[in-house]
Amino acid sequence: MEPFKLIHPNDQHAAIASSGAANVKFIAGGTNLIDLMKLDIEKPAQLVDINSLKLQTIEALPNGSVRIGALVKNSDLAYHPVIVKNYPVLSEALLSGASPQLRNMATVGGNLLQRTRCPYFYDTSFPCNKRVPGSGCSAINGYNRNNAVLGTSTQCIATHPSDMCVAMAALGAIVHVEGLTGKRQIPFHEFHLLPEQTPQYETTLKHGELITAVELPPIRYSAKSHYLKVRDRHSYEFALASAAVALNVSNGRIEAARVALGGVGTKPWRSVEAEKALVGAAADEQSYRNAAEAALNGAKPFKDNAFKIELAKRTLVRALKTVGGMS
Amino acid sequence: MNEIIGKPIDRVDGKLKVSGGATYSAEYFPKNMVYGVLVLSTIPRGRIRNIDTSQAERVKGVVGIMTYKNSMSLHFPQGTDPGSGKYAEKDLLPLQNNRIYYDGQVIAAVMAETFEKAEYAAKLVKVDYETESAIFDLKANISKSYKPSSGGSQLQLKRGDADAAWQNAEVKMEQTYTTPVYHHNAMEPHASVAEWNGDQLMVYDATQAVAGVKSLLASMLGLPPEKVKVVSLYIGGGFGSKGFTWPNPIVTAMAAKMVNCPVKLVLSRQQMFTTAGRRSETIQKIALASNSSGKLTVIKHDTISESSFVDEFVETAGLATSMLYSCPNVEISHSLVRLNKVTPCPTRAPGEAPGTYAIEAAMDELAYQLKMDPIQLRLLNYAEMDEQKQKQFSSKNLKECYQRGADAIGWSQRNPQPRSMRKGNYLVGYGMATATYLANRIASAAKATLYADGHAEILSATQDIGTGTYTIMTQIAAEAFGLPVDRVTVKLGDSDYPRGANSGGSQVTASVGPPIRAAALAVIGKLISLAVSDTASPLHGRKEEDIIADNGRMYLKNHTDRGESYTEVLNRKGLQKLEAQAKTNVSTREPQGSNAVATGGADAAAEEESKTNPAVQEDQNVDRKLYSFHSFGAQFVKVLVDPDLGTVKVDKAVAVMDIGKVLNLKTAKSQIMGGMIFAIGMALLEGTAYDPNNGRVVTRDLAQYLVPVNADMPQFDIQFIDQPDPYISPIGAKGIGEIGITGMTAAIVNAIYHATGKRVRELPVTLDKLI
Repeated sequence: MEPFKLIHPNDQHAAIASSGAANVKFIAGGTNLIDLMKLDIEKPAQLVDINSLKLQTIEALPNGSVRIGALVKNSDLAYHPVIVKNYPVLSEALLSGASPQLRNMATVGGNLLQRTRCPYFYDTSFPCNKRVPGSGCSAINGYNRNNAVLGTSTQCIATHPSDMCVAMAALGAIVHVEGLTGKRQIPFHEFHLLPEQTPQYETTLKHGELITAVELPPIRYSAKSHYLKVRDRHSYEFALASAAVALNVSNGRIEAARVALGGVGTKPWRSVEAEKALVGAAADEQSYRNAAEAALNGAKPFKDNAFKIELAKRTLVRALKTVGGMS
Repeated sequence: MNEIIGKPIDRVDGKLKVSGGATYSAEYFPKNMVYGVLVLSTIPRGRIRNIDTSQAERVKGVVGIMTYKNSMSLHFPQGTDPGSGKYAEKDLLPLQNNRIYYDGQVIAAVMAETFEKAEYAAKLVKVDYETESAIFDLKANISKSYKPSSGGSQLQLKRGDADAAWQNAEVKMEQTYTTPVYHHNAMEPHASVAEWNGDQLMVYDATQAVAGVKSLLASMLGLPPEKVKVVSLYIGGGFGSKGFTWPNPIVTAMAAKMVNCPVKLVLSRQQMFTTAGRRSETIQKIALASNSSGKLTVIKHDTISESSFVDEFVETAGLATSMLYSCPNVEISHSLVRLNKVTPCPTRAPGEAPGTYAIEAAMDELAYQLKMDPIQLRLLNYAEMDEQKQKQFSSKNLKECYQRGADAIGWSQRNPQPRSMRKGNYLVGYGMATATYLANRIASAAKATLYADGHAEILSATQDIGTGTYTIMTQIAAEAFGLPVDRVTVKLGDSDYPRGANSGGSQVTASVGPPIRAAALAVIGKLISLAVSDTASPLHGRKEEDIIADNGRMYLKNHTDRGESYTEVLNRKGLQKLEAQAKTNVSTREPQGSNAVATGGADAAAEEESKTNPAVQEDQNVDRKLYSFHSFGAQFVKVLVDPDLGTVKVDKAVAVMDIGKVLNLKTAKSQIMGGMIFAIGMALLEGTAYDPNNGRVVTRDLAQYLVPVNADMPQFDIQFIDQPDPYISPIGAKGIGEIGITGMTAAIVNAIYHATGKRVRELPVTLDKLI
């Protein structure tokens, strides 16, 4: 670990003001950043501890939205009555991730910025374009069982690791941020970036901007939602494939649908194609399978992860069956 | 008589461990201690052209950097016990030259005032390599296989004429089974703290062999053995990775000499994947032939495993196969391929774990081919004796294991047709396999002392690697002393004590239990002699064999009120203590007569040992030459498989084990359960991945290398036959550390076949192989 400075501002403005310098990072739960610092993957010169900022509340807004403070712990969010009742997909996604100890530390804002668990990113002895731009991608021709099949580029095939983000992608969440130049809102699908030629850039967050909240807009049918995570062991592992779905089924017809996939994409993978395939279709296995085919259309397998394409389809079909039933 | 052996008492060190009071090797802080961090090679083969430590040296707080250029010279280990703490890579002494044989080889150690500074500086050591071409893929290099020189005829076994019988066989089954590289992943990393006091070396080391590491350090550093002391009071698991000795304690001692102050060196989790051994990948070809009714006519088991360029280690997967079933024509072979990877070493049930997977999966395949119940096939070919060694088994109650296991899992309710049973979304499958492991025993010694205040103490230089050795040895000693458990203290893990067994090969219980018992009995024998010859004693003039010693008191068998306490005798005689030492070196048979405990036992009297000579030679138990010693068991598993997603849940697991006398039902169950959990890992999850381009381990932490977690656990039903083995020792207990993993992997894979109709022969059976 590189030596670093740690400061503890006690209000938001001071925190944002102190983050403008180069090589400064905010730290909240630290469940990912500290690991990365120990492994010399992240080398901030200064950490800004934001844990004393007032960003810990979950509020139901008059317009029907739910506003989640950036410092809300993953476990508090997962067990919040409004989330459990109205957004089961989010609660289930959170509880499928990590371990209770980690969820008690990890925050919503930090979860949005989780970095990939690609083993080549984690080992500084290997070239990795995400860690050292231009050094090469060791995964493309290496051991890539856990890598992505959607959204990959010639520079990077790292999977986005978050479960929470997959649910938020499906729910069309809005990320609230504040920087030196003011506040702005980022639609979820615009928050994370594809690797393309610059895998070192993972989000549209600008330097010095602080995530303050995530807003879940009202969705009439979000209570009919589900997160299914498939992995080698039954807990404490990142997804090989996961699906976040919400369905509005009326008289055996799908009126509205939200679909996102995890474990297979270089970012939390909202599938508008799958949603289109579902809307207007009968709530039956064939429609679900069609949606799954649409979702994985264009998936690109690598040496060890071709199975993920079929696994993701089956995972999505199972999740849709669980929510939509079989008419 | 108060029976203590067998009782499921709590661990005597449990409270210390859960309250943080147990000091593991990394938890010593001698005055002026500094921290060492290793620098490891990042190429698989070549030479260090230049190693630049200048930047690292400038880090404030760095007190020394050791490389091959400035390290002390080491001696090749001489005359050390190959079974006990053996140096793992005989041709690669650490930091002696610039050759690189594998990725992860120790090439420097950086010492600094804090761990953080040492770690930071270690990353600043710049190495310029001259890389040479390397090989690290076993499957791609089978053409380079050779028959190992070590092990000799023990590794290539033959009886009958397998080739001729194969030609004429009615039913044939031939398949190849593979297992990947496994890492031990003990919770406690390898850790050493070394302190020199003049020419005296003290090392706290996480090891399965304090006595072995002591002699190894003395030999390699060129010191007389009496100048070296090794302590390992508590160990957080070893599973074989701490059974051989890796560079860490040696480098720590070298570093402490160089910087002239104590040094602590702990491997990181990532370093444990490259620098502290592993289990070799195996490719096992099995050929079975039988007549049409299922009687085996041929068993062939050919294993190819990995070795390195700096030592030779054989994963002896085929050895158990030689005695597991009755069969006239058997051929067992072992071959090796040298690769540029760290040398493999023993891993829980070395040989048997992958070997019983292959043979027991093959037996299952043959049973289905014959349309025969897998248990029936095993009973039909039941080995009444060890046909390879041509010896009777010391004890074997395997038929009862099959029966009880089948009852416990509900075997009779199973529809034998593959893919025929369902439960909701899941396919249901049942599988079974035979478990077996050697019942080893080696020479060991112990010292027993009874103090005038009525408490007793045992000393032996074996160690408790987390298995419960402290607890069961306390039970053995307490019963022999005739004292309650809380009045007996067992001290282990210190090389100054009489030499005990290394914790490997499931041998500590059978090796160290008997001398502990004998030494304690000898003390009590002396005490009884003192009493009967003392006119002031109520037992004066009585025959020694008429006296019972129990609960701190000696009394007449037929007049229990007539007697006195141990403390009364010692105090009257003015003795502070009474002591005796014993070693394992006599026939194991219980002495004749009905009152062995009170007499001290013929073996105890014979074994009393000069206190000046604690060294122990060969175990002279004559029974070991007469019988074949093995433990046996049967493993049964019920699995649920999601046919769409390929996920496997082990729903129920039953083990019925024949491991001789059970010393503590609680620790015994834990041991077996731990082995079974290892097997769940082998069957479904574990396997170290290497980068195909440079041979570096890719799965370098517990997020990437998957071991089973609580959510993967089945309902366990663990049972014991609990019949003492009459020949292994007067206690009758065989070892139990390793048999739990054997057979279980096959039982799971066999159950998956029954559930799905898919036979996966390449472990682990991950979901991608089932969808």
